[in-house]
Amino acid sequence: MKPLGIDKLIGASPERIEDQRFLTGQGQYVADLDIPGALHAAILRSPVAHGRVAALGLDAARALPGVHAIITASDIPNPIPTIPLRLVPLPEFDPYLQPVIAAEKVRYVGEPLAVIVAESRAIAEDALDLIEIDIESLPAVGDENVDEAGAFLFEETGTNVALRFHARSGDPDKAFAEAAYTRKETFRSHRHTAAPMETRGLLAQWDESGQKLKLFGAAKVPYFNRRALSRMMNLPEENLDLIEVDVGGGFGVRGEFYPEDFLIPFAAQRVGRPVKWIEDRREHLMATNHSRDVGATVEIACARDGTITGLRGDVFGDMGAYIRTNGGVVPTAAGMFLQGPYRIPNVDVTVLALMTNKTPVGTYRGPGRFEANFFRERLFDMAAADLKIDPAEFRRTNLIREDELPYSIGKRAPHLPEAVYDTGDYHAAFERCLAEIDWQGKAAIQGKLIDGRYHGVGVASFVESGGAGPKETSRFVLEKDGSITVATGSSLLGQGLETTLAQIAGDVLGLPLTAFRIDHRSTARLADGLGSYHGRSIIVGGSAVVDGAEKFRAAVIEAAANLLGRPNSELRFEDGVVRSEAGASISLADIAASRSAEDGLLAVDGIFLVNKPTYSYGTHAAHVAVDPDTGRVEVLDYVAVEDVGRAINPMIVSGQAIGALVQGLGGVFLDHLIYDDQCQLLTASFADYLMPTATDFPSLRSVAMELRLSPTNPLGAKSAGEGGMVPVAAAIGNAVGAALRSRGAEPRTLPLSPPRIWKLIHEEKECTQ
Amino acid sequence: MSRKVDITLTVNGQPHAHAADTRTTFADFLRDDLRLTGTHVGCEHGVCGACTVIVDGEAVRSCLMLAPQADGATVVTIEGLSEPDGSLGPLQRAFRKHHALQCGFCTPGILTTAHALLTQEPDASEERIREVLSGNICRCTGYVTIIQAILEAREGYRHAANASTAS
Repeated sequence: MKPLGIDKLIGASPERIEDQRFLTGQGQYVADLDIPGALHAAILRSPVAHGRVAALGLDAARALPGVHAIITASDIPNPIPTIPLRLVPLPEFDPYLQPVIAAEKVRYVGEPLAVIVAESRAIAEDALDLIEIDIESLPAVGDENVDEAGAFLFEETGTNVALRFHARSGDPDKAFAEAAYTRKETFRSHRHTAAPMETRGLLAQWDESGQKLKLFGAAKVPYFNRRALSRMMNLPEENLDLIEVDVGGGFGVRGEFYPEDFLIPFAAQRVGRPVKWIEDRREHLMATNHSRDVGATVEIACARDGTITGLRGDVFGDMGAYIRTNGGVVPTAAGMFLQGPYRIPNVDVTVLALMTNKTPVGTYRGPGRFEANFFRERLFDMAAADLKIDPAEFRRTNLIREDELPYSIGKRAPHLPEAVYDTGDYHAAFERCLAEIDWQGKAAIQGKLIDGRYHGVGVASFVESGGAGPKETSRFVLEKDGSITVATGSSLLGQGLETTLAQIAGDVLGLPLTAFRIDHRSTARLADGLGSYHGRSIIVGGSAVVDGAEKFRAAVIEAAANLLGRPNSELRFEDGVVRSEAGASISLADIAASRSAEDGLLAVDGIFLVNKPTYSYGTHAAHVAVDPDTGRVEVLDYVAVEDVGRAINPMIVSGQAIGALVQGLGGVFLDHLIYDDQCQLLTASFADYLMPTATDFPSLRSVAMELRLSPTNPLGAKSAGEGGMVPVAAAIGNAVGAALRSRGAEPRTLPLSPPRIWKLIHEEKECTQ
Repeated sequence: MSRKVDITLTVNGQPHAHAADTRTTFADFLRDDLRLTGTHVGCEHGVCGACTVIVDGEAVRSCLMLAPQADGATVVTIEGLSEPDGSLGPLQRAFRKHHALQCGFCTPGILTTAHALLTQEPDASEERIREVLSGNICRCTGYVTIIQAILEAREGYRHAANASTAS
């Protein structure tokens, strides 16, 4: 596909349009909304991980002044709706879908049991404390030996293994039988999550006479959620309007369909008043999707010169208690991205999805990739050390060369076709990263004890898919005053789309940023939209804006032709004015003013269809110092290099890369959702769930390269929001491994917290298999 | 369970007299009673710093303070940080220029924290700024641009401090 070839706004870094309101306290998040007469909801959540619900004693709570309603499973028409799969819709997952409220059984701490609706949130929370909960406990299924725990989450299935998928290419058995060298290792990524600064929230307004619902607080995928909710409520989709106001961060977890997305509208319908629910932080940590709970045993086969001949492994994902909208993505992506940007002719991967009595998982920025890259790149460094090959040289030998692209890795996920890496120069990004970190210069300090700390430099390469299809839509409307509104099916979660989509529209139409208002608020504006995930809102959403803008120009010229009495071929649209060759002209405002009431506003729909993902790629490198007395790791330098195809706004691309990187470093060192052996969550506050702060990681750099345009879209863009996250555990794990090589300590398990590193140095001499 | 007490306070230069619920946090009072929703609530247990406001010159977590404790106080919130003519102040301008915000949810608390710091310590070092800002969690930016922006805005506070010393 031909690139646009226009670059006045695209490639520049104008200050963001959305910042004015955020900087002055005028942003409007869902908790800021106030509808007169609104009641407030609180959710009763299971305090038990696995059990049978014997009784709920509601009398005292019902009697509390100010309580309007208490809704339990018995109030919801049977069958109780289950939350549908949005991605990876495999039939194997059907028995494991989450009902919107627990009826006979609870399966994780935090599962909704009842909704209290009251005059105020305080009264609703008072009422929560008055409910008597009688649950008969069952054995909790916690670790990965799920079928040995003595209980099945779903007795009717007779197993806690929801999915077993096997992918294979080449002849891995032969490769391993004939290999000069093999090594097999077991790795583990730990459960953590996105924890955006704004918790979830909903405000539902039900119109009984019109049988219509307005639901504020949508995010990420409002059109899918509208469809799901319309089926659950047995209403036509057009009767539902899901409204997205400002969203305080998403990173994958926010905006998916959760039980409350049914319960709060249902409550509003039931009580006949608007109902508002704002999740508190404790609820958030036990109710909103978890992620990253993935483990693997991986084996590599190599020639003595480091040429990889085979890779095989078993990857499992701890899914928690239910398969939610996109939970299947996590283990399948971990299996798919195990190979990375390397030439490996013989591969055998088995993927398992395991059910446990923990909060259900979903996608978190770079789902499955963060984990798989850690597993693979750690194994590579161990193999390189065994073979006495420099880790950089090991990767040079095996990184796919540009003349080998497009490169197929075969069918690696049950729901996806064959994966084919498209364009790129993997070696160029790799060498750039090594130069930035001064790999050669730092060779002298690898593993050295300097002033009491071991220094190490680690490197890790990745490939990352983005831009999921099959489509996105846009709608350009010429408003009465001559301004242009651009409705987008993409979703805004703080990533700057009001600015970047206006940059794209501006370059197609030759207009400034200020000519456009990006409208994403309401599902009433478009027939459909796929939303923002998988790095798709520029690639697919932006391309739909390109199409809409081109159609808008054609429609404006058509309207001007009628008004000026000139043929289209004589007209050009420039600087917001249609001009004829003879010198006549008409402005957008004049065209808007010329339209009669019957004409309505001039509006066109844009669409972009795509059936292939983009593949961005890059390399990260880290220099760390490890204190053997405390186990503390300091990140002295970190460089993230990624080919993003085309950077629409380099400032925003850099912000995405650094932001993702620090989230990734949190995932390596800090963020940790810890459960005890009864599957009680021990880290349900920000005092326990630690995230990076301003003092933790001051020395970070990102380099966005524009080496090769993506062939899938007119912008040439590849995803830019997740690559900063994907190889972070890999690069840091390798740096720590390099630092501690003389101590025989190899990181295999995340997080790399001080106690774990200390133990690795002083206690565990993990044996090599 | 709850009762009301009458309080008076000044918020962003405006006097307010209000009956405040004794168990209402100051954050909820600002948001629900005064409808100043620029102050955001991220954790309700004093860790994330999103709800930081300036009370009698000090940066304070409004979720850890009860509304009656604000009786008699002079308070500045995000809505009061702009210049008197409504244009962006030096911190706000620098945040915009350096892309020191993404979703904007933590931004009010970070701006009020930085404003209180630079007003009290216009010569604060980068290390000191990082230390003070470590009480505010931002999940989007990774802090790099936030520190750059505050360092740039520091010049404006230094000039203001010098000017007031000179006069």
